[in-house]
Amino acid sequence: MSVKEENIPENEGRRDFLKQGTLFTALALTPVSLLKAADQKADEKFAELFEKVSLRIKVNGKAHELFVEPRVTLLDLLREQLALTGTKKGCDHGQCGACTVHIDGTRVNSCLQLAVMNEGKEITTIEGLANEDVLHPMQAAFIKHDGFQCGYCTPGQIMSAVACVREGHAGSKGEIREYMSGNICRCGAYPNIVDAIEEVHKSGVQV
Amino acid sequence: MINFTYVRTTTAKAAVGLLAKEKNAKFIAGGTNLVDLMKRGVTAPDRLIDINAVPLKQIELVGNMMHIGALATNTAVAEHELVKLHFPLLSLALQAGASQQLRNAATVGGNMMQRTRCGYFYDTTMPCNKRAPGTGCGAITGYNRMHAIFGGSEQCIAVHPSDMCIALVALDSTVVLSGPKGERKLKFIDFHKLAGTTPDKDNNLLPGEMIIRVEIPTNKLAAHSYYVKVRDRASYAFALVSVAAGLELQGNKIVDVKLAMGGVAHKPWRLLEAETFLKGKMATEANFKSAAQIAMKNAKAYKENAFKLKMAPNTLIEALNLAKSKA
Repeated sequence: MSVKEENIPENEGRRDFLKQGTLFTALALTPVSLLKAADQKADEKFAELFEKVSLRIKVNGKAHELFVEPRVTLLDLLREQLALTGTKKGCDHGQCGACTVHIDGTRVNSCLQLAVMNEGKEITTIEGLANEDVLHPMQAAFIKHDGFQCGYCTPGQIMSAVACVREGHAGSKGEIREYMSGNICRCGAYPNIVDAIEEVHKSGVQV
Repeated sequence: MINFTYVRTTTAKAAVGLLAKEKNAKFIAGGTNLVDLMKRGVTAPDRLIDINAVPLKQIELVGNMMHIGALATNTAVAEHELVKLHFPLLSLALQAGASQQLRNAATVGGNMMQRTRCGYFYDTTMPCNKRAPGTGCGAITGYNRMHAIFGGSEQCIAVHPSDMCIALVALDSTVVLSGPKGERKLKFIDFHKLAGTTPDKDNNLLPGEMIIRVEIPTNKLAAHSYYVKVRDRASYAFALVSVAAGLELQGNKIVDVKLAMGGVAHKPWRLLEAETFLKGKMATEANFKSAAQIAMKNAKAYKENAFKLKMAPNTLIEALNLAKSKA
């Protein structure tokens, strides 16, 4: 099943389109016997609902009432269920910091948080940082100082950097390096990242 | 991750009750180690009991005891004014561990409960007596650069990776536990255990018990305390060797001293014999060297970690010198 670019419906992102395309392909290739078996999955669906846990959570100011499986991480909830794909999955084991978000204003690795542990909490992701079209000062500083190359670690770096300044741990290049050590950049943009954070801190601008 | 059932609880009593009900249940607090282990398939509880809403976050001086609740985060403890003032050693050790994101989530109780571990424990395709008792130890004849030089057994030579616990064991802390039979206290030094013939157990918690708080007696070491951590990169790495050192000095005379080492044993490693040697002596390089020799008695290296036999005494001497010159 080949799809040409002009077939992409308007107002639909590349990601949603890819998902649909994959689903159609899968259905087309599924043997009839399996499709019949799918009818019997109603019981399983019920069991699944039963095991899900209710979760009230605010993300970037928007309230959500959800039912989630206990094993879903906050990172996967954000990316797969709330379509907030700015937060990145790097190592998925708390070693790289690409998934850094703020929970009630505190930076954490969202890959090591079960979503259900965040009942009533307020989450801020990279999507919630800018004020509409006006970039957050840290985002602007990263652009000015070329604080990235491939960009994959950047959302985590910026969320961590904002927290680093707010915590009062951006007093010197040495302190910034120490308190940013949980964010790994394989492109090695570290000197520029440190410059960006230092400038935001020194400017005294509200972050 | 294998699915599990999940329940939230708001009191320690209810938490202990829930734990007793289910055979394969675990508490979850910060989750920074547990969720990681569950993702790797190293552990697979049937039920998680979320204890984050239990009111155990206090950090306060009660008489001459510092009380730190089991659910106080590593960051909250490290940056607390009373901790920085009275127990700078604990603050320094905490700040040397993990990353700020992890310290923000990780709790004091969780830090103690993180698994003593190594790469073979994490790799479910490898033998490991800790993960799967009786399967053998991959590390003893394998890649053992990070491993123990003290108190190792024939079955396991993994090390406890905590920095916080090295400071807590040095500071004569006590752990308050709550279980089905009520509360009890355990000296911190007796909380973790050596691997022996039961490497699957990291500590002496009884079934159904929960950590309530840690208590630290006040001391006169604050002016001369230091935590030295030697690691492969400048920040955010496990210790190859670390040393917590606290001195109480009268002039140059050592009135009291507390020493513990990390990265070297299955449990936080207190150096009691070296302390006894130093007490009453002068704080000189020569005495520090002799203390380091005493500390290294019974050390045993494996193929890849022989460097620790030199690094450990050198780190101890460095920590003592830094603690002495501080203030």
